Amino acid sequence: MAQSLTHAETALPADWRDLFALTKPRVMSLVVFTALCGLLAAPGDVHPVLGFSSILAIALGAGASGALNQWYEAGLDAKMKRTAGRPLPAGRLDPQTALQFGIGLAAFSLFLMLFASNWQATLLLLASILFYVFVYTMWLKPRTPQNIVIGGAAGAFPPLIGWVAATGSIAPLPVLLFLLIFLWTPPHFWALALFVRSDYAAAGIPMMPVVAGEKSTRRQILLYALVMAAAAIAPWPLGYTGALYGWTAILLSAIFVLLSVQVGTRTTGEGDRMQPEKRLFAFSIAYLFILFGAVVADRWWPL
Amino acid sequence: MTDEPDKPPFDEAEYRRRQRSRANMMAWLLGALAILFFFITIAKMQIFA
Repeated sequence: MAQSLTHAETALPADWRDLFALTKPRVMSLVVFTALCGLLAAPGDVHPVLGFSSILAIALGAGASGALNQWYEAGLDAKMKRTAGRPLPAGRLDPQTALQFGIGLAAFSLFLMLFASNWQATLLLLASILFYVFVYTMWLKPRTPQNIVIGGAAGAFPPLIGWVAATGSIAPLPVLLFLLIFLWTPPHFWALALFVRSDYAAAGIPMMPVVAGEKSTRRQILLYALVMAAAAIAPWPLGYTGALYGWTAILLSAIFVLLSVQVGTRTTGEGDRMQPEKRLFAFSIAYLFILFGAVVADRWWPL
Repeated sequence: MTDEPDKPPFDEAEYRRRQRSRANMMAWLLGALAILFFFITIAKMQIFA
């Protein structure tokens, strides 16, 4: 936890770049993109200013979640190579500032969402922030190897919020998009966890490869990839999207499953460079970007 | 004497630089928000008119 940090607190005011880094900008890019796709895929026209403001609110909400996550996990981050350079474990920012920044940003994002769109989207945004901070970060992550599976719901909210911000109601397509991200999260994070396993073990985080071992993790990556592929393709046969999305989903999901088969069926020895795992992790990011882009393309320029 | 680790000497120039940088950033953000809120209000007036 942030309070348990032993490094000296800096007396200097926080640099804005460190506050920005606290929001996890790279994660935010995926959040913004999927939220935008949810908003653009929704029926009807959204006023550009209100649409922009809603996406900004979602981005700020995601940034607030990231900041509160880093505040809570500063002690753990200090133990992992991948995260030791973050502003809190590196001592460039004091925990109190990070906490105030996170809470302030969360409150402002909710206010902006309420002002720009509707209470339904605001409620969903609030639920996603609370879920990420309390359910995922504080409860699940340090306790169970299923942390990513259930916690994946937090990252699955943005397209749903985008859609609800545009329409004021929930429909089957954004629920399927929610399901897609929910099922995509485990293979995506477990591929990462396989090649940074020692980091997680050092920090005592019960990620699947640390607790259940590599073999079981690989099998589950493949299993989730198969279910995810079915969920990705489902909107087409169910009639919620057209052929443009359908064929894109089939092609990309086939590649995803193939890469997962490579990861799921192999065994590694000492000094393995984990190339298939790194390839699956990189492709999984592109997969989600392209697939969500296809949802929007299908809505605006159907085949 | 205490057991506390040696703190780096207080750098007032860096302190002022960071203060100025944050104040400038805050001014830009508040300005941008005022403009955004103005346009949101106009957009809502158009929708509900």
